[in-house]
Amino acid sequence: MNNALELVCPAGTPASLHAAVDNGADAVYLGFRDETNARNFPGLNFSRKELQEGLDFAHARGCEVFLAVNTFPEAGNPGPWRKAVDDAAALGVDCVILADIGLLDYAATHHPNLRRHLSVQASASNPDSINFYVDAFDVKRVVLPRVLSVPEIKVLNQQINVETEVFVFGGLCVMAEGRCQLSSYATGESPNINGVCSPASHVRYEDEGDRMVSKLGDFTINAFAENEAAGYPTLCKGRFIAGGEASYLFEEPTSLNAASMLPELAAAGVTALKIEGRQRGRAYVAQVVAAFRRAADAAQAGDAAPELGLQAITEGQAKTSGAYNKSWR
Amino acid sequence: MNAKLTLGPVLFNWKPDVWRDFYFRIADEADVDTVYVGEAVCSKRSPFYAPHIVDVIERLQGADKEVIVSTLALIMNSREMNELRDTAGDHDLMVEANDVSACALLAGRPHAIGPYVNIYNEGTLKYFTDRGAARVCLPVELGRDAMAALVKDTPAELEVQVFGRLPLAISARCYHARAHMLHKDNCQFVCDQDPDGLEVETLDREPFLAVNGVQTMSHSYQNLSAELAEMQTLGIKHFRLSPHSVDMVAVAGIYRKVLNRALSTEEADEQLQNLIGDVAFSNGYFHGAKGVDFVLADQH
Repeated sequence: MNNALELVCPAGTPASLHAAVDNGADAVYLGFRDETNARNFPGLNFSRKELQEGLDFAHARGCEVFLAVNTFPEAGNPGPWRKAVDDAAALGVDCVILADIGLLDYAATHHPNLRRHLSVQASASNPDSINFYVDAFDVKRVVLPRVLSVPEIKVLNQQINVETEVFVFGGLCVMAEGRCQLSSYATGESPNINGVCSPASHVRYEDEGDRMVSKLGDFTINAFAENEAAGYPTLCKGRFIAGGEASYLFEEPTSLNAASMLPELAAAGVTALKIEGRQRGRAYVAQVVAAFRRAADAAQAGDAAPELGLQAITEGQAKTSGAYNKSWR
Repeated sequence: MNAKLTLGPVLFNWKPDVWRDFYFRIADEADVDTVYVGEAVCSKRSPFYAPHIVDVIERLQGADKEVIVSTLALIMNSREMNELRDTAGDHDLMVEANDVSACALLAGRPHAIGPYVNIYNEGTLKYFTDRGAARVCLPVELGRDAMAALVKDTPAELEVQVFGRLPLAISARCYHARAHMLHKDNCQFVCDQDPDGLEVETLDREPFLAVNGVQTMSHSYQNLSAELAEMQTLGIKHFRLSPHSVDMVAVAGIYRKVLNRALSTEEADEQLQNLIGDVAFSNGYFHGAKGVDFVLADQH
């Protein structure tokens, strides 16, 4: 069995792209600087010219470039999304990562030779959904939702005939991706439509003397004692009261780290590992990519998982292997 | 145009006899045209009321209600996959797909698509209508601009939820079990303690969300009574009432009167507020605002 795991790494800026390529990425993924991608944050993403330069840099070093066009096109305004796909084909990206069925149909019809991956935002969690996307749009790889355990991934891979890619590090959606309206309920800004979740433009921190309150829109998401670090108020990682008890009802402010599970993921038939974090800086990307390069190489060689040395990055933040362990549920 | 009132699937874990009696009363008394029956949220619940499904469907059809079988939104294991294949394989029933897998299984014959399938634009809508989707209940975060664009040139009849808590998210994780410090595999079906969902407040005791097993809903009740006329003008044909433990026969009567211009929206809202008690309304998504907002008629 081939245990080589492809490492797919985030690039929010040209500097991060260089860092990912130089530290062992097999592919980088990125988006255009607009609402066509799911990390539509201020100061992030690529112009057409920057993408061209990034492609030249990556391809010269044997690294592929994937373009995420993974929001859902606005009704009555398909232009920006179609143009993103058209430009991806013209510039020569290695694949587009798509979620919307209408856009997949457009890409398959107009650019049949442009490789298509299914975004995690499509929430394809079962064989019939995945086989539909393969049969209808000839997608070559499916990014699996972060709701599946490793045994479920293994069973799934036996029922489909397409590559699978899974998230192994970084932010963790606890809801099925692409099917969560919590952000737009509280802020009017939506991952599916605007490419943002719990956007910084709607975040406030209020110092109330004995506590620091973090708010998203009009809602208190968390409150911290004076000596506690105030975390970012991502809605599903907040503290709420249910049944009279305050708790991290949906998820603690943890992020995903499945580094120790790479051999199991390879054995489950996974092709590629994805690192979340297009909003992260160059230094972060360099360090995480280098660490996962070592881990992926060790898994391929059958060696024990190496020490990743990511403590400095993850200090103060708990890590979880998330749904990959069924006990998470 | 003839506006239709529909009753969405019961999203909560009601006791089986309550579930059955609810639908019997809907059949006998409620002024709705279409009733959705079936489990959209958690596959562990359906075995409890399964013995009543045939009787419920017969009673509804006997009362001249159109019956559509609703299906699971998040399908994650072989058991759920096989149950969906069985439901889709029954060609005597009109089925509502709530996952892309169900759309694929139902392709080639008339079917409905529910709000959990991401149909955000004309391209996706056309893809599905070309394959038999006859009715589409739009995702909850779409507002009037999207409705206006989607309703143009589509053969499908479009549906919008006008009453009840909004389904905002679905997860592999059960938050009801988690709130009770239980594991999902041993959940003891604690979600049956909350017939309208478990209320979630912020740390400042502000009502925010409601947990319904693996589903997270709005605390507010969507109420588009004041928007019915505009949606009719846009071309929306079906208006969905999402079941709650309040008197849904009365709720249906109120919306029917508004549709028939027999009741002002102010009176309707007052009557609805009396029914649901001290819970806020929302209609923000329709107006392109935050989903939680309630935009008053004179601010439209």
